[in-house]
Amino acid sequence: MNARSASAAVMESVEVSAGAGAWQPVCALDDIWPDTGVCVLLDGRQVAVFRLADGSLYALDNHDPHSGANVLSRGIVGDLGGEPVVASPIYKHHYRLRDGVCLEDPGTPLATYAVAARDGLVWLHC
Amino acid sequence: MSTRKQHIVVVGNGMVGHRFVQELLAVHSDLPAAGIELTVLGEEPRPAYDRVHLSSFFSGSSAEDLSLVEPGFYQRPGLTLRLNARVAGIERRRNTLQLADGEVLAYDKLVLATGSYPFVPPVPGSDRPGCHVYRTIEDLEAMQASGATSASGVVVGGGLLGLECAKALRDMGLRTHVVEFAPRLMVVQVDEGGGRILRSKIEELGVQVHTERNTVDITDGATARHRMVFADGSWLETDMIVFSAGIRARDELARQCLLAIGPRGGVAIDGHCRSSDADIYAIGECASWNGQVFGLVAPGYDMARVAAAHLAGSAGVSFSGADLSTKLKLMGVDVASIGDAQGRTAGARACVFTDELKQVYKKLVVSADGKRLLGAVLVGDAAEYGTLLQMMLNGLELPEAPEQLILPAPDGMAKPALGVDALPDGAVLCSCNNVSKGQLCAAIEGGAHTIGELKAATRAGTSCGGCVPLVTQVLKAELARQGVAVNNHLCEHFAHSRQELYHLVRVEGLRSFAELLARHGRGRGCDVCKPTVANILASCWNDFVLKPEHAPLQDSNDYFLGNIQKDGTYSVVPRIPGGEITPDKLIAIGEVAKRYGLYTKITGGQRIDLFGAQAHELPRIWGELIAAGFESGHAYGKSLRTVKSCVGSTWCRYGVQDSVGMAIRLEHRYKGLRAPHKIKFGVSGCTRECAEAQGKDVGVIATERGWNLYVCGNGGMKPRHAELLAADLDEATLVRLIDRFLMFYIRTADRLQRTSTWRDNLEGGLDYLKAVVLDDRLGIAAELEAAMAQVVDSYACEWRAALDDPAARKRLRTFVNSDAGDDNVVFVPERGQIRPATAAEKQMRFKGIAVVPETV
Ligand code: SRM
Ligand SMILES: Cc1cc2nc3c(=O)[nH]c(=O)nc-3n(C[C@H](O)[C@H](O)[C@H](O)COP(=O)(O)OP(=O)(O)OC[C@H]3O[C@@H](n4cnc5c(N)ncnc54)[C@H](O)[C@@H]3O)c2cc1C
Ligand code: SF4
Ligand code: FES
Repeated sequence: MNARSASAAVMESVEVSAGAGAWQPVCALDDIWPDTGVCVLLDGRQVAVFRLADGSLYALDNHDPHSGANVLSRGIVGDLGGEPVVASPIYKHHYRLRDGVCLEDPGTPLATYAVAARDGLVWLHC
Repeated sequence: MSTRKQHIVVVGNGMVGHRFVQELLAVHSDLPAAGIELTVLGEEPRPAYDRVHLSSFFSGSSAEDLSLVEPGFYQRPGLTLRLNARVAGIERRRNTLQLADGEVLAYDKLVLATGSYPFVPPVPGSDRPGCHVYRTIEDLEAMQASGATSASGVVVGGGLLGLECAKALRDMGLRTHVVEFAPRLMVVQVDEGGGRILRSKIEELGVQVHTERNTVDITDGATARHRMVFADGSWLETDMIVFSAGIRARDELARQCLLAIGPRGGVAIDGHCRSSDADIYAIGECASWNGQVFGLVAPGYDMARVAAAHLAGSAGVSFSGADLSTKLKLMGVDVASIGDAQGRTAGARACVFTDELKQVYKKLVVSADGKRLLGAVLVGDAAEYGTLLQMMLNGLELPEAPEQLILPAPDGMAKPALGVDALPDGAVLCSCNNVSKGQLCAAIEGGAHTIGELKAATRAGTSCGGCVPLVTQVLKAELARQGVAVNNHLCEHFAHSRQELYHLVRVEGLRSFAELLARHGRGRGCDVCKPTVANILASCWNDFVLKPEHAPLQDSNDYFLGNIQKDGTYSVVPRIPGGEITPDKLIAIGEVAKRYGLYTKITGGQRIDLFGAQAHELPRIWGELIAAGFESGHAYGKSLRTVKSCVGSTWCRYGVQDSVGMAIRLEHRYKGLRAPHKIKFGVSGCTRECAEAQGKDVGVIATERGWNLYVCGNGGMKPRHAELLAADLDEATLVRLIDRFLMFYIRTADRLQRTSTWRDNLEGGLDYLKAVVLDDRLGIAAELEAAMAQVVDSYACEWRAALDDPAARKRLRTFVNSDAGDDNVVFVPERGQIRPATAAEKQMRFKGIAVVPETV
């Protein structure tokens, strides 16, 4: 099973463990077409939020360190070896949605964020 | 040994002379260190070129394309190449030779590689202007010049070269005749039954064949430039004549200095390729071994290897004759002859298959005991050539019912193929370059895992190309044996090639990625299969690419309908069909660029690119461009890019057709067509080719009588000249052929394969392509045309569709929750425009030209 599903129950359990920061609604769930991403601007920070066809949501840094451009939300999502990934549109590096690790260069993973859907809205914790 | 340098002189820089130099360098890469000074004297004005493919000169190859000499090859210490240097005489007692201009050179060892010359029968009038031979590039240039002012042409000689020459004349648009002295064509290679089929096939192609005609006189014609009079009193009128009545060894130097000459001419040589003078070698077509002269390049290459080895001190290798089996494609007709084709061996028995309807003739010559193959003749279909040749050469035992080897296989049944495994390591698979199965296997073991790498490593398949199917079989078998996975699966989600997926989509009428994945794939898909399938769906059904079910499949370029740049901004390329643009439209582009602060550049494709737009700006920019009458240029898609044009007959004093008009019509027809890779066209108004159409996937060049269609050219990484597919077409035919060609490419090419690489990998090559596109050999032409009609009819400008669709338009933003721009996109001024800031400049937080004021 994928880590996060779009249910309120999951969100609550995430909230308990989320520590500092706060949950904020960022967009309507319908703003993200299944199997695509969008970029959220939060206090100057750019977060790529992805919604997969099975309803799961993921959030990670929008910045692609390999190209230096803020583009990850515009990458194609899919899976490699069963693991959900996004491919950067610039040089096609693959980042694991679950933990931000780059498959081609596992050194420094991207930051990931808690994300969930409730009442037709997408909520981000950062 | 003395320390004095040994001076080796090679006379002739043809195919074999050049190969000799390569072979000697393979032994002694450092000539000065080996004490060798090597001088090559060539009579022609250019270094060695590929005479075997000389005819491709007529279909667009240049002298440079044909060259066998890598740039810089002859610029190395100890090696000198002198061109335009004909040797006029040899003084054996002094070990010197004399050049035509009188210069005298001393040699220690001399290698004669003077080739042969075309035999011209001593008929009165055979030296009239407009009478040609077919041997050098200069000969072809002269033929081209004659052809341009001729309506008809005759080839004297119906042998292998004569028929090749007839094809060249026919391609020049001449009414073409072949006049042969013997009762049938290709007497040397083909028997009577094969000759009959060959003749009818060739006549079907519009070449008139006249056998048993002995030309006795050539005089002025009444309806054409010449009249050829035959021994039986009949005559034929024609504007130009090409003699191809056999070749004669160029042994004049050897005769002059009294070397032994073979019974049929040629410098007599021993097994080490030495003439009767131990200091003089002879190799290639000028040599006579065992009383035999060889008119093919493979035995010549073998001699070059033997002579080089002997000169380098190893007496172990020797020349021991050659197999003269040949396979050719003459005017699209397969012809092959193997071993004892005429069945001359005592007790030989033949087994013949003839299909007069399909015009196929096949004959096996089998030993008296029925166990071994002695020879074969194949006309009309030579698919079994490689198998039969290896059976004959290696004395493999024939199967129980040998006729099965040549009979058409009943549906669904495999033919008894020669498993390459059955071949011994020593079997020579590439006879042109003397490469054995063992050598191929070693190279594969050493890491050559593609046919290209294998060719580079072994030279196999690089001359006539006839061995490529077998070499490919060995490659596949060997890779499989070594456990290297060979599959053409698109990715881990689909165990299918692109071509297979295309067929599944079409045949099953699938309209979405989800359906295809559910039926034929696994997992969720990835950045390889999603765009590929999106592209296939678009080629087949041409739905709007940003529909919710298609949008997630698109690469960022197709998703935002622009090309992503290094800083995450996009470029904007409006379509400018044929490169023609009004001043008002130029002004409109300028105004948009100014308003949005975009960098502008004229592209290499005759249009204008605007750079530096952020995702959220694209809808507004395009809204303005569309209002000014522009539409999407599809610079982002794997689709038609531009149709480059020259100004053509409207303005240009040389133009013979309206190339701009044609370019615009073609661009409008094929705009939006999705394909395995991008497609580019060019249309030139005359043969000067200012639109560089021969460097395009589809090239159209105006002629006095219509349009010539060239295909599969490429600029870019590996330039390739386009090849002539058909000549003098009217517009309707031109468009129909392009429809078929493009759809056939779309159906069968691999992912990201331009037409040039597709063509290079197409089994059967240009002739096969012609058979499919021109002759409809596969019976799919109507289907291909219908598929194209569907795409053409469903064209819509993608930018207009995106702007008209509120849901799609809403997604074209930088941020989902803000109208701000990406502050990581920073520009600095340069030459009066913007450019992306470098990382260092960004660090200085130096924000240059303010881009668009944010509104909306
Ligand atoms: C803009 C332009 C350069 C320019 O400033 O002139 C250009 C720009 C790019 N070219 Fe090109 N090519 C441009 C004309 C050409 C030409 C010249 C021509 O079309 O006459 C060629 C050689 C001709 C040919 O294709 O045969 C050319 C051969 C390539 C290749 C090599 C293709 C090949 O098969 O060898 C690539 C790489 C690829 O496609 O894989 C490429 C790829 C690219 C990409 C898409 C690379 C990328 O992914 O970022 C560039 C982005 C385009 C953009 O942002 O709009 N571009 N490119 C030209 C756009 C022409 C247009 O109006 O559409
Ligand atoms: C149109 C055509 C198609 C062919 N197709 C095939 C084919 O499909 N398969 C195949 O195996 N073979 C084919 N051949 C034959 C093949 O090209 C020859 O076998 C090969 O070129 C022989 O090489 P060579 O070096 O012996 O002779 P050449 O390549 O003719 O080279 C001899 C060179 O020596 C030069 N020379 C001669 N005398 C002198 C002198 N006195 N001083 C200085 N230089 C001199 C000549 O100018 C010439 O450049 C074809 C030939 C032609 C013309
Ligand atoms: S290709 Fe011919 S018609 Fe076109 S511009 Fe050049 S010279 Fe003129
Ligand atoms: S047999 Fe001619 S290239 Fe191999």
